[in-house]
Amino acid sequence: MLIDFFYTLKKAGLPVTVKELLVLLEALEQQVVYGSIDDFYVLSRLCMVKDEQHFDRFDQAFGHYFHNLDMVQGLEEFLIPHDWLDPEWINNLSEEEKAQIEALGGLDKLMETLKKRLEEQQGKHQGGNKWIGTGGTSPFGHGGYNPEGVRIGGPGRHQRATKVWEKRQFRNLSDDVELGTRSIKMALRHLRHFARTGAADELDLDDTIRSTAKNAGLLDLKMRPEKHNAVKLLMFFDVGGSMDYHIEQVEQLFSAARSEFKHLEYYYFHNCVYEHLWRDNNRRWDKPLNTYDVLNTYGSDYRVIFVGDAAMSPYELTHAGGSVEHMNREAGLVWLQRLLDQWPNHAWLNPIQKAYWEYTHSTQILKKVLDERMYPMTLSGIEAMAKSLSA
Amino acid sequence: MTKFTGSDNYVATDDLQLAVNAAVTLQRPLLIKGEPGTGKTMLAEEVAASMNKKLLSWHIKSTTKAQQGLYEYDAVSRLRDSQLGDDKVHDISNYIKPGKLWEAFTSDEQVVLLIDEIDKADIEFPNDLLVELDKMEFSVYETGETITAKQRPIIIITSNNEKELPDAFLRRCFFHYIKFPDKKTMQAIIKVHFPELKKDLLNAALETFFEVRDMPGLKKRPSTSELIDWIKLLVADDIPLETLQNKSIKEAIPPLYGALLKNEQDVEMLQKMAFIMRRDG
Repeated sequence: MLIDFFYTLKKAGLPVTVKELLVLLEALEQQVVYGSIDDFYVLSRLCMVKDEQHFDRFDQAFGHYFHNLDMVQGLEEFLIPHDWLDPEWINNLSEEEKAQIEALGGLDKLMETLKKRLEEQQGKHQGGNKWIGTGGTSPFGHGGYNPEGVRIGGPGRHQRATKVWEKRQFRNLSDDVELGTRSIKMALRHLRHFARTGAADELDLDDTIRSTAKNAGLLDLKMRPEKHNAVKLLMFFDVGGSMDYHIEQVEQLFSAARSEFKHLEYYYFHNCVYEHLWRDNNRRWDKPLNTYDVLNTYGSDYRVIFVGDAAMSPYELTHAGGSVEHMNREAGLVWLQRLLDQWPNHAWLNPIQKAYWEYTHSTQILKKVLDERMYPMTLSGIEAMAKSLSA
Repeated sequence: MTKFTGSDNYVATDDLQLAVNAAVTLQRPLLIKGEPGTGKTMLAEEVAASMNKKLLSWHIKSTTKAQQGLYEYDAVSRLRDSQLGDDKVHDISNYIKPGKLWEAFTSDEQVVLLIDEIDKADIEFPNDLLVELDKMEFSVYETGETITAKQRPIIIITSNNEKELPDAFLRRCFFHYIKFPDKKTMQAIIKVHFPELKKDLLNAALETFFEVRDMPGLKKRPSTSELIDWIKLLVADDIPLETLQNKSIKEAIPPLYGALLKNEQDVEMLQKMAFIMRRDG
């Protein structure tokens, strides 16, 4: 049951597991919902999707799956309440509604047309102006918009004509930055250096025993602050140009690092570090920061990560005046070396696949300057980088 | 069993009702996410109130450990008592302090347990609660007893998305995302809070509110709770209807905007925009 549905979701790239399917089946067995495709949509989303970023993908897969079913045969009982075909409901109609039925040639004709359309209608259907289904302007169906039509069975429970999943309300959530940051955070965990800071709220057992003994056995409690991750991190991001292709990856890394480290500072550069860095990409021209200031602000206990594709003209690194953007008095490598000297604990993360590094001359130069401490921006690369930085 | 349908002072959309009822029926934790100020925490209170059950809240902080929800062993007071020769000291269970989960498990009646802002805790925190939430039992190492739930509590967990939660944990929960209410739902929500409010004032206020919300580039978009605060102020200050009506934010900064925008950059942007519009217009 619902196995095809499950595989449709899986194919759409949703991280669903058998456990979730079983829960959904259990819910159906307990009759949490009954006989309404709208409710089934909400329930299956509740069971199968665990992240609002996946809502959009789910909506698409759901729509795809239920369109491929033969709507009339497969979902007849869902879409057409039994009481529609039961003439009893005519008693519930107001005078106005009855008049509207007359506009279509009377009840008998209406029922006949309904049946005929039921037979004719074979394939999939959505919001047209003839077939029976949700939405659309056909006189038959829930919540349609035919001014002459008959609203049979009262307004839809959800007061909407379009199917919820077809609206795809969660479209703009699915490219959220947080996607996949958990694994990056786990990789960054190797970069930890605990120190005791803050309020003394942990019992220091060793000191307590020592001081109790000194105190002739009378208890003397000693407290100490809890351990926290005290790693200080300074990140330099290459932005613009060829880095635009990697922006998503870099954003993920940044948001993971930001929540993992309390002391995190970051600056931007373009291609290579020169005499100016900036904090805000919108104001890079009117608010540049002197690189010397940055060098003098952060002590050598900071660990430094450069994030960039290292792909540029070799002259940017080796020659004064080689920058593509401005006149630089000193070569890029000179500036880079200053940074590396100030912060001996450094590494470079490169979003480009490792296999391609050897084809770029500038990457080769940088790798050499960095003493091979360049890592690909993959999970294993980040992990290796974190380990080398924590050493 | 009673079904949750919202209450006199809480508007629950259909899909939220279904989520709560499914979680109650299948006895699984319900994980609630959503923009700040959309009533995530209030949901647990309202579920408890409308089902006539006791609410236990466990508010998570960055230092909270999973163990604290089960129990804590107060070794220090035991040590102290031993020095003072207190008789209590012979029974270790005198020093075991039950946590919120223990309380929820051993309660005679089914309770609603709120685990608030689970994402504030350490990244491993949810993993440490897997078995406890699944089996609804845990053992106390110090005394060797096993605490089993008499009734499985209704567990509601909220998260603000500061950290991603582990997959194993998510698999055990139902997940519902409270999306930002549309205009119609918003009207219902305001009505619950201000039954006396005049309709045109409400409409004008909502108009302005959604306009501010739709302003591109806001750092923190105002949410339901900010709207309610703002209307409270509008009513208290007796702001005349005309001030709000027919004036989009492009022409005039809305009165008492401080209640809507909580970020100085946002306020600055609003003022700038109004200034530009006035100059151009």
